[in-house]
Amino acid sequence: MIGKLFHRTRKPHPPLGERPFDLLCLTVAVVLGVHAPHIPVLLSTALAATLGLRWWQRRRYGGRAPAYLKLPLVALLAAVVIFQYGNLFGREPGAALAVGLLVLKLLETESPRDARVGAAFACFTLMAALLFDQGMVATFVVALGLVPALGTLRALEPSNTPTRLDRELLPPLRLLAVSLPLALLAFVLVPRLNSPLWGAPNPAQSSTGLSDEMSPGEFSELLNDDRAAMRVSFDGSPPANAERYFRAYVLPNYDGVRWKRADMQAPPAPVLAGRSITYTVTLEANNQRVLPALDVPLQAPSQAQLGAAREVLADRPVTDVRTYTVRSALDYRLQPDLDPLERRLDLQLPPGYNPRTRELGLRWRTQHGHDDASIVRSALQLFHDGGFRYTLGPAPLGRNAMDDFLFSTHEGFCEHYASAFTVLMRAAGIPARVVTGYQGGYWSTLGNYLLLRQSDAHAWSEVWLAGSGWVRVDPTASVRADHVDQGSAGSAAASSDWSPNQWWLGLRNHWDIVNRWWNQGVIGFDTLRQHGLLTPFGLHDADAGTLGMLLAIGGSLFAVLGLAWALWQRPTTDPARAAMLLLERRLATVGVARRHNEGPQHYFSRAARALPAQRADLERLKRTYLELRYAHEQPPAELLKNFRRAARDFRPRRVVK
Amino acid sequence: MLATYRRLQAWAERRLPALTRYKRPESLPITLHRRRIYIVPTGFGAGFTVLLLVMLVGSLNYNNNAALLLTCLLGAASAASMLVAFRSLNGLRLGAIRQGQALAGEPLDLHLVFEGGDHVHPSVHAELDKQAMAFTASSGETRIILQLATTQRGWQALPRFKLWSNWPLGLFHAWSWIHPDHAVLVWPRPELAGPPPLLPDDSEQRRRLHQGEDIAALRDYRAGDPTRHIAWKHSARHEHLLVKDFEQPESQEEWRLDWRQLQALPNETRIARLARWLGEAEAVGRPTSLWLPDEEIGMGHGPSHYAHCMNALARLP
Repeated sequence: MIGKLFHRTRKPHPPLGERPFDLLCLTVAVVLGVHAPHIPVLLSTALAATLGLRWWQRRRYGGRAPAYLKLPLVALLAAVVIFQYGNLFGREPGAALAVGLLVLKLLETESPRDARVGAAFACFTLMAALLFDQGMVATFVVALGLVPALGTLRALEPSNTPTRLDRELLPPLRLLAVSLPLALLAFVLVPRLNSPLWGAPNPAQSSTGLSDEMSPGEFSELLNDDRAAMRVSFDGSPPANAERYFRAYVLPNYDGVRWKRADMQAPPAPVLAGRSITYTVTLEANNQRVLPALDVPLQAPSQAQLGAAREVLADRPVTDVRTYTVRSALDYRLQPDLDPLERRLDLQLPPGYNPRTRELGLRWRTQHGHDDASIVRSALQLFHDGGFRYTLGPAPLGRNAMDDFLFSTHEGFCEHYASAFTVLMRAAGIPARVVTGYQGGYWSTLGNYLLLRQSDAHAWSEVWLAGSGWVRVDPTASVRADHVDQGSAGSAAASSDWSPNQWWLGLRNHWDIVNRWWNQGVIGFDTLRQHGLLTPFGLHDADAGTLGMLLAIGGSLFAVLGLAWALWQRPTTDPARAAMLLLERRLATVGVARRHNEGPQHYFSRAARALPAQRADLERLKRTYLELRYAHEQPPAELLKNFRRAARDFRPRRVVK
Repeated sequence: MLATYRRLQAWAERRLPALTRYKRPESLPITLHRRRIYIVPTGFGAGFTVLLLVMLVGSLNYNNNAALLLTCLLGAASAASMLVAFRSLNGLRLGAIRQGQALAGEPLDLHLVFEGGDHVHPSVHAELDKQAMAFTASSGETRIILQLATTQRGWQALPRFKLWSNWPLGLFHAWSWIHPDHAVLVWPRPELAGPPPLLPDDSEQRRRLHQGEDIAALRDYRAGDPTRHIAWKHSARHEHLLVKDFEQPESQEEWRLDWRQLQALPNETRIARLARWLGEAEAVGRPTSLWLPDEEIGMGHGPSHYAHCMNALARLP
């Protein structure tokens, strides 16, 4: 009785066809594919297997998966997610859970309603994939994922024209293609939020790119990373290759192993600027605060500030692509006066490390006296002639890392050289520090911008010389003269003797302009850019109201276009019918409209009664039309021509009663 | 619940003349056009809209432009699907209706002939009395069969019925009411049992003999008889060839059915009895003639004769 009360009687639904189910499986497979990069491998493999099994099971045996499987599987999914991430909420666990539930939903999908819900949820899950990667390719792939989803919905509508699977996918693709203009309009005009409605996610995202610490050997992974780090476009001509040093972190503190930033709250060091350059940087998200800028930045961009050593630090970590404009001095004297406290900091060496290196530094000091510049020269001389090799896979170093590098292994890359050089300088009594950042890059002549990849990360040194202030010295450049000219990737390839990937990299460099366009046009399209959208039309600050109005106007325009398409009907191709229609229209103006179900004979008779003056004309027209229509299997062309001419020339004269 | 809905619908049609403009019967052909096609989101469409809003707010909140672009794309495609839904009905033309034959109380086959005009109309449903029939109207003629419930004999006006489509994504429900000014003729229902007609010379025995296609008699072979009618087994025991005779002439068994013979009965009962006699005669291929107050049908047999007689009975006042 109770059971009967609670048992809702459901309308028996038609069974789900094979085609929609296949399409739904395809959709889920795409969803799984776009989420695979950030879901644990084990989980995605298990989900893919579940999907495949379910597809096979329904095809082979039909019917839903057994009920006793479903609940344990859901519990297992939740357990795996919790085990992996610690909780169920947040970006990664949420995505893993959503994808898992979508796959499990397939197990019980047996009705069109289930399939609809599944397809809609798949659309949502597809969007969630964009929270992880907003790149152009990723977005394109995700958008293509909508095709099978819409195809599923379409296949659910009964239509008695069975087609091949690829034919099922074409119409949704066409639908998406024709709605792209409207989508772009909406994208440009939908008012962006000034501040998030609820807490933006603070993903425990690992930061990429440079870190604010350095110890020799750490970069090697970075130097093999081909991803773009930043793109720079210059006002005017770009600086020469040898001037393209983008400083990120300045690391003065050395503990024998690592170089670290100074934790100083000090005003930025004074700089005497000569030639300067203004440029705009589009920085890829790296979850760090530092904004690399050409040596040496004169002012911080908005929402960022200058550190003591003129490193630019943003107020918040860069979690999305960020664009900023900076002006830098290319000729400068940085901090002409060094106060004693800072001087001591920049000379500090940890006791008990690298005795041979310190001894070498002291020896140079006694050799050259007060000539700091010649000490610097001797060090660079050493790197050039001392049998040093540039390699990304150097031999490991021991406790006295710099001693090992300078006196036994003789191989390493920028970190080793910068570190060793700085230690040598300090040992000789010259204030010195390590600077990390990006150097070189690929100049795209097509897009007029400089592309810097993660592999363009670099470390160099700055020494303080009386009268000149901090002077940049790139010891790595002394090793191989072509290092600075070709960028580190070139050196890496040279050290591996074989470089087909050089060609590949060149291709990618050319292709990068599209990525840049995407970053600037789509990802970087923020509130500010949106408000400036109407500047060419004289409206400098388009607020939400204006944008909404524009959206409404644009939407209506598209609606008119769409309606015109939907209402358009091909004009009749039958010439006799067309002539008859013309005649009917003319007669209708004098009040003789053809009735809905009126035959031609009756109509002409009626017209003749209404227009007695033209009775003869109408009689002739009637005869011709009837003959044309009913007398011949294949009416003679002459007859048709006569009728058309007569119909064209016929002008009804209004009757005066 | 259902009653409330019906009342609401009746009220809406009373108060909103635009909805009922095409409630009046109209003559064929009926062409669907923008003034008579209505569109609302389906339940799934409403749910999908909520999902789109969630996606929109989410992508705006997280400042994720790629997701926003995707949401806009999906939204634009949904909006475009509304036009496609409209177009799948627009221009569809109901050109002709042909009726089948049915006795009162039995469902009547309605053959609807649709013309697609200049484009294909996919996934159109014709809905009549809770039965829906999906079809795709090509640009030529498309014929579908619906069943109409009948209750009594005579002319029965066609009810209003609905053409609808959820094409292409099931997000929008486009529909149009069609009320053709067309009536179908329903045959009278024969009575279940009753006396046979009064006949001048009725021979029960002979009548039984000629039922079905059983062999009625064997007769001598005459030149010209088809060889497959020769009864070889029987012929073996006789001197002459014997031929199986299937079709005995029944000229002597005509039924002259007459309205005036049944004076004592009420009208409907008379009609039902005549219908039964006609049916029985038709079943055995017996020629009949029918006299009715305003129509007289001569001797004949076969389906068209039967239909002629039944139509005449159905048309009786």
